[in-house]
Amino acid sequence: MKRLLASLLLPLVAFSAQAALNVFATVPEWAALVREIGGDKVRVFAATQALQDPHRVEAKPSLIARLRNADLVIATGAELEVGWLPLALRESGNGKVQPGQPGYFEAAGHVRRLEIPARVDRADGDVHAAGNPHIQTDPRNILKVGEALATRLGDLDAANAAAYAAGYKAFAEKWRAALARWEAAAAPLRGQPVVSQHKAWPYLYDWLGLKEVATLEPKPGVEPSLAYLGELTARLAAQPPKAVIRAAYNAARAADWYAQQAHVPQVVLPFTVGGSDGAKDLFGLFDDTVARLKAAIK
Amino acid sequence: MSHPRLTGLAALIAATLPIAGHAAGDNALKSLREEIQRLRESYESRISALEQRLAQTETSAAKAESATAAADVAAITAATSRHSSEAAFNPAISLILSGMYTNLKDNPDGRPYAIRGFIPSNGEVAPPPRSFSLGESELAFAANVDQVFRGQLTLALPPEEGASPTVEEAFIQTLGLGSGLNLKAGRFLSGIGYLNEQHAHAWDFSDAPLAYKAFLGGQQRGEGVQLKWLAPVDTFFETGLEVGRGGSFPSTDNNRNGIQSGSVFAHLGGDVGIENTWRTGLSFVGSKPKDRAYADVDAGGAATANAFSGSSKTWIADFVWKWAPGGNTSERYLKVQGEYFTRRESGTVVCTPCGSGSLQSTQSGWYAQTVYKFAPGWRAGYRYDRLDRGTVNLGAPLNPADFPILGRHNPSRNTVMADWSPSEFSLVRLQYARDDARGGSPDDQFWLHYIVSLGAHGAHKY
Repeated sequence: MKRLLASLLLPLVAFSAQAALNVFATVPEWAALVREIGGDKVRVFAATQALQDPHRVEAKPSLIARLRNADLVIATGAELEVGWLPLALRESGNGKVQPGQPGYFEAAGHVRRLEIPARVDRADGDVHAAGNPHIQTDPRNILKVGEALATRLGDLDAANAAAYAAGYKAFAEKWRAALARWEAAAAPLRGQPVVSQHKAWPYLYDWLGLKEVATLEPKPGVEPSLAYLGELTARLAAQPPKAVIRAAYNAARAADWYAQQAHVPQVVLPFTVGGSDGAKDLFGLFDDTVARLKAAIK
Repeated sequence: MSHPRLTGLAALIAATLPIAGHAAGDNALKSLREEIQRLRESYESRISALEQRLAQTETSAAKAESATAAADVAAITAATSRHSSEAAFNPAISLILSGMYTNLKDNPDGRPYAIRGFIPSNGEVAPPPRSFSLGESELAFAANVDQVFRGQLTLALPPEEGASPTVEEAFIQTLGLGSGLNLKAGRFLSGIGYLNEQHAHAWDFSDAPLAYKAFLGGQQRGEGVQLKWLAPVDTFFETGLEVGRGGSFPSTDNNRNGIQSGSVFAHLGGDVGIENTWRTGLSFVGSKPKDRAYADVDAGGAATANAFSGSSKTWIADFVWKWAPGGNTSERYLKVQGEYFTRRESGTVVCTPCGSGSLQSTQSGWYAQTVYKFAPGWRAGYRYDRLDRGTVNLGAPLNPADFPILGRHNPSRNTVMADWSPSEFSLVRLQYARDDARGGSPDDQFWLHYIVSLGAHGAHKY
């Protein structure tokens, strides 16, 4: 009986003891980043995937169970996970990853945040008092977060600190080269007017110099009505945008309708790792993002 | 290393040299050469100094990114520290407002609401009054107490004139005790079943399932201590133990030291692919109620007062499954849930004035419901309730005719609803129920219900 029990439990124990650090990432981009830096020194779990609306996540049993054994939680912060992470963290009974502990890392704290609202009122839709949380759409932010993350990984797992530092260095070198490549390729996009479905892209636009002239959502997180879309189309008719942009997780309805009515190309961007066939990792995410924008905006 | 400026200088000097040579002869030429050598050396050193400075600038340029990041963090920290007054530690406040319009076929005054076949739980079981009415307003405060505890208070403000606020929940709980342990103390909603721990405003229908009304008096809420343990495996497995003072149906406050009621529960859950998630559980509630009172009428129609004393054991099995295409619940989802209750009670019942005798009952009930979100903000749902009176044995000299509430009837109810949420903070629901809880002709119940939440962002509980 004892032997049977041991043979049943052993794979579980062995599996979790294999890697030095159990990392719980709330969104796919941080899972991808920690894999780039940590390599085989980390065992990574992503709580959500690219086709899921990151604003509407529940404190599912599977997430609570994964938090229980986590050594490090990587969250975006800026209230993106406010609906589920605090509750799931409390339920996990894991002291190491509670906010304020070294095992809790918030990415948004390491970058310059945009769209910090001057007034916080729910009548303005789904606004985040700490600024727009979709920081991963600017690759320069990935580098900043990566640097802080490598330091944190080293603090938590001192034995492998050198490996994390080296992992980050190698990643940063490759990333800087890629940045130069993307920026050169995207140079013609500078100053081009676009319409977005949701306020998901201020960081991307800030990086590439795209100009957001309107959003299809009348207010962040509020589904547009047909009447509103009609008004918007009429308003923009004089100076139509070059493209309408939505994330892979957004429903197609509004963007389809607008693209058809205004005769404007629609660009579906992966938004995060896994959001398109090309976005297999962080490099693919921006390769694909830039390629899709360039293909549509001429 | 190449120095374009030095090469240029050398070329210039070389160009002037022959002229100088002709004019001043060998000595002059030698001194001129020395002069040039000095010049060259001085330029060399100045250029290398310049190069050093350039290299330094390059290094700091590379560091600029992290410097900007550091500056950003500093700015953010400065912005937050500006609020370093006492108010910064105020708890998060949230407020729930609800109200409804109800249309009931049955006159609740003419035929008081009771679930026939079951001992009345004296809880919130009846539908709201006819016409317009206010639901319970709920005011909640929550914050971390210190590094060890978190505290929460939920006040319910009853709509009735002159009614005082009641403490719905007031508890402390540990913050990351470690080893998967969670300890809660105070007054709180019990962790049994699936729906019990959720506040009424988070339910998918506007009232509790009949089984909750009959077996738990609406919701199990007690004063005591709860210890939960989460297993260190990737599949969700949680067990919990609660002990406390009685008072919440089916237990009573027995005015004695020690534990008056207890429950244990276990939950198991996980995902299947990215589209399916599930949770299932088994719970047990045990107590020894003493003089648990309820009112009835005897065979002649005269009012009686009854009191039950004995043991009460309830088992609950629950299941919930959710499906969303691509795992994205903001577009569409399907939720199916069900719970099964079974209860055994044995003891004595004292009926005033009709006498006392033994009472033994084995009763059960269940509900199953499904809710489908068919468009962003829009949902529709159906619920079926069923209670099985089972066996109710009244010992001699008691006469079953003196206990009409315990009469033969298997209550059932069909409920449909549709609701609309313009945002996750508001909801308007239309619900219709055909309720056969009382026996006789079923009651038709229409509700138009709004529920809104203000203040701190609530949690998306599973």
